[in-house]
Amino acid sequence: MSGLVFRLKKPPRQRVDVSPLCPHLIADLSTAEINAIQLVSGKRQIRVDKLFDVSGANNQHIVFRNSSDKFDYIGREMKSGAIVVEGDAGAYLGLEMMGGTIHAKGNTGIFAACEMRNGLIHIDGNTSDFLGGSLPGNMKGMQGGTVILKGNGGSRLGDNMRRGTILVEGNVADYCGSRMIAGTIAVMGTVGDHVGYGMRRGTLLLWQKPKLSATFADCGFHTSGSFLPLLFRSFRKLDSRFAQLDIEFQRVRRYMGDLSGLGKGEILVRS
Amino acid sequence: MNINGVDIQDTFAEAFPMKATRVIITADSPRWAKLAASTMTGFATSVIACGCEASIEKTLPPEDTPDGRHGVSILLFAMGRKGLAKQVETRAGQCVLTSSTSSLFSGIDGGERLAMGKNLRFFGDGNQISKLIDGKRYWRIPVMHGEFIVEESTGMVNAVGGGNFMILAKTQLQAIAAADAAVTSIKRLPNVIMPFPGGVVGSGSKVGSKYPSLPVSVNDAFCPTLKGVTKSELSDDIECVLEIVINGFTEDDICAAMKVGIGATCALGQENGIRRVSAGNYGGKLGPYHFHLQEIMV
Repeated sequence: MSGLVFRLKKPPRQRVDVSPLCPHLIADLSTAEINAIQLVSGKRQIRVDKLFDVSGANNQHIVFRNSSDKFDYIGREMKSGAIVVEGDAGAYLGLEMMGGTIHAKGNTGIFAACEMRNGLIHIDGNTSDFLGGSLPGNMKGMQGGTVILKGNGGSRLGDNMRRGTILVEGNVADYCGSRMIAGTIAVMGTVGDHVGYGMRRGTLLLWQKPKLSATFADCGFHTSGSFLPLLFRSFRKLDSRFAQLDIEFQRVRRYMGDLSGLGKGEILVRS
Repeated sequence: MNINGVDIQDTFAEAFPMKATRVIITADSPRWAKLAASTMTGFATSVIACGCEASIEKTLPPEDTPDGRHGVSILLFAMGRKGLAKQVETRAGQCVLTSSTSSLFSGIDGGERLAMGKNLRFFGDGNQISKLIDGKRYWRIPVMHGEFIVEESTGMVNAVGGGNFMILAKTQLQAIAAADAAVTSIKRLPNVIMPFPGGVVGSGSKVGSKYPSLPVSVNDAFCPTLKGVTKSELSDDIECVLEIVINGFTEDDICAAMKVGIGATCALGQENGIRRVSAGNYGGKLGPYHFHLQEIMV
């Protein structure tokens, strides 16, 4: 699908807040008006047409071509439409996103899907810390929607996550699902230390056996004949390894925790 | 009108508005899904005393159920929202939750929502887990067989209850054979149920009674043993009358069901003792839906 293409002319020297280039914000703007939008970069402002060659006409489908890891806030508070990031993305990709889809074809910085409410974020590469987490000081991280991470995730993935689904095809670093309130995180690869640290509720579905702290209670082996098939079926429409039948399983070992806190969370480990 | 020697009486079935929902029960095996479904639809022949009218709509293969297990879909009908809501929750808790390996899902998306697992979750005593999957909320309640999965709510739709036709036959055996054939044919259709035992009413009723406390009583006009003492609708050669009562989501659903049911009855024909097909009505005073037999069978 052809869209409104922002082709980067040359890498920016400072970080750029590209949140004004969001489908719902530019839906009714002409190309001239879009070109005239001022983006904050460092302590200065820069016109869109100074930074990008703009082409195309579909304002509901935005493409960042030759994207830079200095582009922050891509899809901030996005409500509808689609954004494709061809290259890397900076911090806060999809911050407080409320709808639509973002497809990041490269790596992303910290706080991707941070406090996301709804929609779909697809990351082909790796992401840094706090994917689906909360902003520092805030009580709730991701509150809905789906994130598919094909690469590896950083630390504190799903920190304070309240609702929604994070699917990781790769590995996750330390503190996966820390302080989780609810929601589902599924990780096909390995997870680092302190998985589920401080989690209150929610589900961590793991393909590889993790190193668990003593504050998780072993609830034994179970065959989940209804819940896991229901969950896996919901993945089948996704463009992900999670949609494939061969990854499905029903037999799990269940751990509950973190018992240093509320302890209603669960870690289901494939067995 | 006469079909295969069977007289189709110039009368109509009178039906009335109801509220309905569809739920889906799944289990580890077809047998256990059927057991849970049979239990949930037990004592649900008539709203007169059962609270609701319910029956199995069809069995579902694993590919058609939410969790990929064997399933059964059930339709429940009641006169109003409040009554239906109470029956859904009560039967979910007492009949499905207690059935080994079962899970319970809504069979209707949208519509006004009725609580199903919303309050049932408290059985988990704080250990229940909520999951929002594809916009639907499910409750995972830990139970002794493992985990009971129940959808938070089910959708309620407007429906039609009381579609019917009566089979008038020479003998009981012949009437039963015709009724069985009719029920078998109707069961192939979606969106309808026949809530009485075997889909057949052996004791159809009329409104009112000589006893003031009874809202309904025997339909004496169709009782073979009262031919000589009441204003009977039966000729000398009719010894048995069976009624098929049909509830459906829409008038079209009931029309379709009546057509195939009467068609199956008439296929047996006069040589198998089927004399006449009639229908129950109350002079048009009970319900706004009138299903004229001859119009349906044209």
